[in-house]
Amino acid sequence: MSSSDWEAVIGLEIHAQLLTQSKMFSPDSTEFGSGDNSNTHPVSLGLPGALPVLNKKAVEYSIKTGLALNCKIRQNSIFARKNYFYPDLPKGYQISQYDQPLCEEGWVEYFLEGETKRVRIERAHMEEDAGKSLHRGEYTLINLNRAGVPLLEIVSGPDMRSAQEAAEYARTVRSILLYLGVCDGNLEEGSMRCDCNVSVRKKGADRLGTKVELKNINSFRFIEKAIEYEIQRQIDCLESGESIFQETRLYDSVKNKTFPMRSKEEAHDYRYFPDPDLLSVVVETAWLEEIKSSLPELPLAKAQRFVREYQIPEYDSSVLTQDKALANYFEQVAEACGNPKAASNWIMVELLRELNEAKKTVVESPIPSAHLAELIGLIDKKTISGKMAKTVFAEMWKTGRAPGEIVKEQALVQITDDSAIENLVNQVIAANLEQVEAYRAGKTKLFGFFVGQIMKASKGQASPEMVNKILTEKLKG
Amino acid sequence: MSIVHQSLFELKELINKGEMTAVEVTETFLNRAQQLNPKVNAFISFNEKALEEAQRVDQRRQQGEDLGPLAGVPLAIKDLLCTEGLKTTAASKMLHNFIPPYSATVVERLQTAGAVVLGKANLDEFAMGSSNENSFFGPCKNPWSLEHVPGGSSGGSAAAVAASMAPASIGTDTGGSIRQPANFCGIVGVKPTYGRVSRYGIVAFASSLDQAGPMTKTVKDSALMLEVISGQDPHDSTTSSRRVPRWSEALSENLKGLKVGLPKEYFSDQISEDTRKAVENCIEIVKAQGAEVTEVSLPLVKYGIPIYYLIATSEASSNLARYDGVRFGHRSNFQEIPAKDLAEFYSRSRGEGFGSEVKRRIILGTYCLSSGYYDAYYKKASQVRRLLTEQFKKAFEACDVLLSPVTTHPAFRLGERVADPLQMYLNDIYTTATNLAGLPGMSVPAGFSQDGLPIGVQLSAAHFDEQTMFNVAYAIEQALNLTKRWPDVQQ
Repeated sequence: MSSSDWEAVIGLEIHAQLLTQSKMFSPDSTEFGSGDNSNTHPVSLGLPGALPVLNKKAVEYSIKTGLALNCKIRQNSIFARKNYFYPDLPKGYQISQYDQPLCEEGWVEYFLEGETKRVRIERAHMEEDAGKSLHRGEYTLINLNRAGVPLLEIVSGPDMRSAQEAAEYARTVRSILLYLGVCDGNLEEGSMRCDCNVSVRKKGADRLGTKVELKNINSFRFIEKAIEYEIQRQIDCLESGESIFQETRLYDSVKNKTFPMRSKEEAHDYRYFPDPDLLSVVVETAWLEEIKSSLPELPLAKAQRFVREYQIPEYDSSVLTQDKALANYFEQVAEACGNPKAASNWIMVELLRELNEAKKTVVESPIPSAHLAELIGLIDKKTISGKMAKTVFAEMWKTGRAPGEIVKEQALVQITDDSAIENLVNQVIAANLEQVEAYRAGKTKLFGFFVGQIMKASKGQASPEMVNKILTEKLKG
Repeated sequence: MSIVHQSLFELKELINKGEMTAVEVTETFLNRAQQLNPKVNAFISFNEKALEEAQRVDQRRQQGEDLGPLAGVPLAIKDLLCTEGLKTTAASKMLHNFIPPYSATVVERLQTAGAVVLGKANLDEFAMGSSNENSFFGPCKNPWSLEHVPGGSSGGSAAAVAASMAPASIGTDTGGSIRQPANFCGIVGVKPTYGRVSRYGIVAFASSLDQAGPMTKTVKDSALMLEVISGQDPHDSTTSSRRVPRWSEALSENLKGLKVGLPKEYFSDQISEDTRKAVENCIEIVKAQGAEVTEVSLPLVKYGIPIYYLIATSEASSNLARYDGVRFGHRSNFQEIPAKDLAEFYSRSRGEGFGSEVKRRIILGTYCLSSGYYDAYYKKASQVRRLLTEQFKKAFEACDVLLSPVTTHPAFRLGERVADPLQMYLNDIYTTATNLAGLPGMSVPAGFSQDGLPIGVQLSAAHFDEQTMFNVAYAIEQALNLTKRWPDVQQ
């Protein structure tokens, strides 16, 4: 039996840290990187008598996200206590939502390999984060700065069938969060965390296999790798007659392996019950409408508009709209140069390559959108060739200067004068008579050789189109 | 007459008129309290800075500043309320050394009104008990008879006032913990409407039931103190935004047109003869003051005790999870004998830090919330609680105030009921329903038993209608004139 007889079923639980200034139930700061245990109000420490008070901004951000994920917003939801003991959980319970979450029954769509895929969102609920434990052999250090930071847990349906789909779904959710400005989506710093539920079953089977939860994954690449590894591990297990245990496994990115987290910790009874310290969360219709009307254009809608308005391919538009700033950049370039297709190509190929290499975002790009538009204009006006433009682009990236300036300074103007090019062609033909003979005898591959020689002689400035045209005529003899 | 037996209002007048300074008053009570405490054990600790606080009040007076309504009056605070820089123990080994970095809203409001914190009053550990025998710092005694319990859980707060160790105190009431000890000690004790008083900074027992309230010598004193501590608190989402009336200024013993309901379920044959007589006497008084008396029925109150013990213990099991020895409170000596795993780390610290009644309730509550039992216990109890609340609302359409005994009997002897937790729980039979329904309730002195133990009468009113309840209490108080009778603890 081969792995192609198996089907993977994947669902994701994404924890998004909401970008509020203060914590979910207390006035202390959510700032990342403050001194250890410095954001510790009595509420965050779980001191005797301390009581939670709900941060309205956290609710607003959660509703925003719920709406963007096409969820129904429950206008009367409640907080529950999830009881368990752990040293970095100060109260001995986590305030979360259980049977009445704020957001339910939504969906998101993303574009992958020419297809639009839809993933259901089962629910998105608010909860507070725990603190952080640092295990140091004999002892453990606890930092409670993170305790009480607001999270939105977004639970997908078991709708993904491959590691790639899962990673793409996670990217889509991240891009929505960033568009809304409710989460900074930083997987490495843990402000967005992804737990993946993975199971496998025989193709065509109705019942789901036993699921395994993967944790500790801090990049999109690792989401893919961890799930790929886990799918194969489960298939191998089942094919050798073993069975899968419902467990939590951690991903080790160095070894590219998953391994069991703890053996005894399962069988938790969290004893959920409504938190008597908090009133139910009432979302008035007027407030809901106000939030609805404040929603920005979301990635999917933007991508569809780009295809429609700029006639660029679906794939390009989905890449360009993943990041709101990039999408804005594209629109600025496209509007300014009037050539959206070229704008998309230059951004997708040249700019993104440089940005990725330099680990920069488009906001940090040394090339402002006006410069890129100007460059495309220079090509379109045939002032420079596409090849020259690449040289200019490299210079723009290095120096941040405008393309016109670079072109002028380096005298990079394209030679489009018929007689000048004819002269060059004649010179090259005269110097390579043997090759001309060979060409005329049928060795047409030599055409490239002549073009190369001519371009070299023109220091790259001759218009390649015109060189082609004149050379073809001359070689006919 | 020594000033120690005076009411809060009388003392306030003395200070206001300049006949005594806040320092003199505080010193007088501090001396008496410290002298009597070895006998009564009403205080767990005294405030070393009490005289400094009093001095500041006197200075402010000299500078002609506007002083608050409680300026210079020393108070006992149940040791369940956090006091910044002052040990707050909840009468538990778990917190025997805990010094909070912040004060409860109630304490802050009292201090803003000029009150001086005299000391922290004894209680049953984590407010769990009805006799003050469950205290890590030893039982508190009833000032009327040192062989008897003062009631609980606010036993220290009640005894301190009864023994004139403090002119007034703050207690908390989750299922009767203010009213029952007030009843046993012959003082006034008020449990406000749920949401009237902030719970912020009060060690939580059962969050949906807990309310702090005044314990005083007179009804007017209670009304005034409640005015000071009531009102919305941004730190407690469950506080009400309703305006706080000036109850103390609107007191009236004229009960004309008022309907007083007698819940027939509260007049069972378990009630002692003395208690029955005292309560019946109160019924005559309210009639004489023009009230109409009518019988009402609250069939669901018979489930009061079971609902209460399911809900209170469930909430407590979760509220007490924070006492884990990690950040504060008792931690087992792991330096000497290391814990082999995390489970042992918790079980040893908690096992050593909590007393047996607290453990019993944590286990009960944990069980009620467990999967497979939740629906039958916690959820069912919550449903019946809602029905019970509806029944009370109906009853208050037919009458304005409910009048009943507080307990079946006066104070019992120390040790008499410790061996039988169920018998102990039945102490709360007439008081828990008030908390479950979130209603205001109080105990006001109604007389004495043949052996000289105090007996109170319980009043309760519709949500946020403390005024009507205070008026009926005031009428009873004025008619009986018991406020100038005090126990002789010196002997």
